[in-house]
Amino acid sequence: MLDTARTRNYINAEYGVMSWLLTRDHKRIALLYLGSITTFFALGGLFAVAIRLELLTPAGDLVQSETYNKLFTMHGVIMVFFFLIPSIPATLGNFLIPIMIGAKDLAFPKLNLLSWYIYMIGGTFTMWAVISGGVDTGWTFYTPYSSAVSNTHVVATALGVFITGFSSILTGLNFIVTIHRMRAPGMTWFRMPLFVWSHYATSLIMVLGTPVIAITVLLVFAERVLKLCIFDAACGGDPVLFQHLFWFYSHPAVYIMVLPGMGVISELVAAFSRKNVFGYSFVAFASLAIAVLGFLVWGHHMFVSSQSVYAGMIFSILSFMVGIPSAVKVFNWTATLYKGSISWEAPMLYAFGFIGLFTIGGLTGLFLATLGLDVHVHDTYFIVAHFHYIMVGGTIMAYLGGLHYWWPKITGRLYPEGWAKFAALVVFVGFNLTFFPQFIVGYLGMPRRYHAYPEEFQVLNVMSSAGASILGVGYLIPLVYFFWSMRYGPRSGANPWGAKGLEWDIASPPITENFVETPVVTEGAYAYTHGRMNVV
Amino acid sequence: MSSAQTGTSAAHAHHPAQAHHFDSLEQQQEASTLGMWVFLANEVMFFGGLLMAYLVYRTWHPDAFAAGSAHLDIPLGAINTAVLIFSSLTMALAVHAAQTSWRRGQIVFILLTIALGTTFLVIKGFEYADKFTHHLVPGPHFEWPDEKLRAPVQMFYSLYFALTGLHALHMVVGIGIMLWLLWMARRGRFSAQYYSPVEVSGLYWHFVDIVWIFLFPLLYLIGAHVRHV
Amino acid sequence: MIENLPLFPAQASGLAGQVDALYFFLIAVSAFFSLLIALLVIVFAIRYRRRAPDDVGAGITGSLQLELLWTIVPFGITMVMFVWGAWVYFALNRPPQAAMEIYVVGKQWMWKVQHPDGQREINELHVPVGRPVKLLMGTEDVIHSFFIPAFRTKFDVVPGKLTTLWFEATKPGRYHLFCAEYCGTKHSAMTGWIEVMEPAAFQAWLSGGAVEGSLASRGERLFQDLACHTCHMPDSQGRGPVLDGLFGKRVQLQDGRTVTADENYLRESIVLPQAKIVAGYQPLMPTFQGLISEEGLLQLIAYIKTLGPKAPGTSEAPEGSPAGGRTADPSTGSGSSRAQSRDERERAGVGPRERK
Repeated sequence: MLDTARTRNYINAEYGVMSWLLTRDHKRIALLYLGSITTFFALGGLFAVAIRLELLTPAGDLVQSETYNKLFTMHGVIMVFFFLIPSIPATLGNFLIPIMIGAKDLAFPKLNLLSWYIYMIGGTFTMWAVISGGVDTGWTFYTPYSSAVSNTHVVATALGVFITGFSSILTGLNFIVTIHRMRAPGMTWFRMPLFVWSHYATSLIMVLGTPVIAITVLLVFAERVLKLCIFDAACGGDPVLFQHLFWFYSHPAVYIMVLPGMGVISELVAAFSRKNVFGYSFVAFASLAIAVLGFLVWGHHMFVSSQSVYAGMIFSILSFMVGIPSAVKVFNWTATLYKGSISWEAPMLYAFGFIGLFTIGGLTGLFLATLGLDVHVHDTYFIVAHFHYIMVGGTIMAYLGGLHYWWPKITGRLYPEGWAKFAALVVFVGFNLTFFPQFIVGYLGMPRRYHAYPEEFQVLNVMSSAGASILGVGYLIPLVYFFWSMRYGPRSGANPWGAKGLEWDIASPPITENFVETPVVTEGAYAYTHGRMNVV
Repeated sequence: MSSAQTGTSAAHAHHPAQAHHFDSLEQQQEASTLGMWVFLANEVMFFGGLLMAYLVYRTWHPDAFAAGSAHLDIPLGAINTAVLIFSSLTMALAVHAAQTSWRRGQIVFILLTIALGTTFLVIKGFEYADKFTHHLVPGPHFEWPDEKLRAPVQMFYSLYFALTGLHALHMVVGIGIMLWLLWMARRGRFSAQYYSPVEVSGLYWHFVDIVWIFLFPLLYLIGAHVRHV
Repeated sequence: MIENLPLFPAQASGLAGQVDALYFFLIAVSAFFSLLIALLVIVFAIRYRRRAPDDVGAGITGSLQLELLWTIVPFGITMVMFVWGAWVYFALNRPPQAAMEIYVVGKQWMWKVQHPDGQREINELHVPVGRPVKLLMGTEDVIHSFFIPAFRTKFDVVPGKLTTLWFEATKPGRYHLFCAEYCGTKHSAMTGWIEVMEPAAFQAWLSGGAVEGSLASRGERLFQDLACHTCHMPDSQGRGPVLDGLFGKRVQLQDGRTVTADENYLRESIVLPQAKIVAGYQPLMPTFQGLISEEGLLQLIAYIKTLGPKAPGTSEAPEGSPAGGRTADPSTGSGSSRAQSRDERERAGVGPRERK
């Protein structure tokens, strides 16, 4: 169904299911991930639908409390570990990084395939937990509830998360070695696209942060199954130690989720302004700064946990500092638009949306870094709104923008531009209607993870659920036309956008080896002023 | 700052071990070495989480940790430490034998490394069996004569089993890697041109050894330094 | 309907206004920057819209001055936020000395409140307006969080320790109490009300209850029942440190450290006595972990806090030989009636209970 083009490319190079399941081609592996990630997103989205339906009314009348608690837990676990963390790196990163640096593949193609299998095995454990009754600890697994009290499938879910973590680690390892060792002649670090820089920074976090959550969920597993004593106060353990270990990874994890999106935005803004990204090296270093500083702020999740007030102060000031490089990026992207040649195709609309929504989400992060304010809004819907602005208003919009931008390259087909613009608008409107009221209801005091709530919060909750229905429609539209385009979309040339980048110099879709001849790079990324651009 | 790379992918005679997506064997070997170092950084963080838990609890319960540590067999632990250090020597010699295309040396030294690693695990097995016999395994059957210290001593043993268990698991994987290396060495796969699998496995082996060198004093040697006023 | 849509909870505590002021400052800064960026993006997108299909943008690569500007200015603004936020945070975490104490225990899925004079409540907390109130809180099972939106404050209750939260209510009324840390099935039902009353009405309410006696008197009963008094005697004669006048004092430990005898120290000494051995004493105290509930621990702590000083200054190690070898002195004559009854019991031959 995908392609029967006249020329040989990576899609028609071999046929048969096994040629896909045993492939070492980074592009095919990217498509394997695309399929799985979309499936998990749909599942996590279904849980979100159930949650928003329940929250239409103040009483807990749609599902029972036990069920509701499982719904938000599994929504979180699936969206964080099986959708957001792999999404951009495993699909777009896998597909594009070798091409963007002029290589034939990643450094370790077999390891890349293994990463996908590990991801699927971890996903299977978690799916088993979902099907056989679910887990109700919240995706944060706080002890002692998760280690000693909950009687749901904590062990299977913990194992699923543990296993999938290795997929993330191996992908990061692959990217780091590839970027260090496989760049084409002339492709110096500062000629690399910013998409590659952001994935390099992301990979550092994947490799150094993920093992900590791996050992943490392993200890929870050991407490439950082997009756080891680590986090339970009843046997001398400390539940707050769990929080430290958990957040030591899970905070950097949010940068794993957003940095690749930022990399996509750099590419979109450059391509659809046909202009060099303003302050290229500042944006590149900002990615590294976010990765490093991101490891130092985890305690801002614990301001009211009984950690010392002095620790709170240190985490607060560092949390403000980690926001600065993100702000620098937003300013640089905006400045890139100045005197650009701006076209309004769907990828650029998603980029505009990202810049606006990520700015709001990031600024609300400052509210949370502010100690005196966080005490009030911690564990309320203000937090829920904050992270959805970044994860959904940010990362998912970047992911959609990137999918649209590189769709012609990946599939050799064009998606329908009119529908795409429409869907982008629907997503933007639906998103804001869903999550902006949550800032308000959170400050009013509505705690998160509440199955039933006081009546005075109902109006805002109804607004949020209405927005969610619109957002859902906005996500379904691309699903439909992407599938449609794979068979009926017009064929694309090598460079439908008139963009700069090694990926636009090769065929759409590319051949298995990416390049007929290893390119020799003589200019930096986004060198748009060298002549006019031809749409091919 | 581009890495040393040759030009195009035009037809060239390349070493059978060189994968097609690499431009040269040298690039491939550099990549695999860097990959192993990155992996070891990841492993440091993996053990690091456990060591953090150890650090916190030992600071809060120094006496209980000393009491628990006193029940560990220092001579056996010391022998195991020597065994592992010696196995790192044999491993390094195996790498050297690969670098100098000395096939027989590769086989001998890899075999010795496997033997020493297995010795380590056997001794560890005896230690674990002893813990079972003396009801020192955390859980419902844990016993400790001093009721007051029971909870934190159980914590010590939880961390003891978690740390040494995780380490032993890495040893088992390491021995598996050695067996694979042995098989490849017997077929004469390694030479001065191509030895990076041995080198890279050596890095892993040395890492597992270094972890033990931290675990031994942290777990076995606490008691001697605690004095009651 | 729109005019009934509230945007902020009631400001019902002394610090609520300060938290809101901080909030408004952040909203102002955020609104400014979001609108600025949105405006710039929209204006540039329209003004520089592509005319011809092969147009490219200008050859601008960057500007060091702009980079410095938009790094340093945000940094400065965020440091203001940090300082202001930290200041409010310290205020939220530093209860005044004269705060009235109330004890709270969270458990799945209710809040149990105990006033010092004995009044008990479930999921409700009556407090007087205009007086600082300090809550001393524990949990019987998992982590919960005591959250009062109208006071803009919350704090977790954590197994194995006691935590505190304080406020001064400024407006009489009825305000929501929520559990704000997910704790299992009925987390969203673990809610209640804070009743802020005029002082006279509060006094009237207080005197209407307290059937079982004050918190401290219940603690004293526990103290006797569990035989604590057999080792902890008021005048250095027991095997355990003197508890009279201990609360709040600095204590010298056997390992050289000095700690303050606060509520958490007392709680730990009961459930994990070997963690901090007082200098000059033997590690003889058995653990009461699992034998006393969280409420019982709070009652004991309340009782110990009422024990007035018998010896001046720091709690010291007894002179001479270790406590274990001491013989009991004859009664030192007049003292509190409580001490007499203890001595009477000693002379009556009821020795310290043996523990395994």
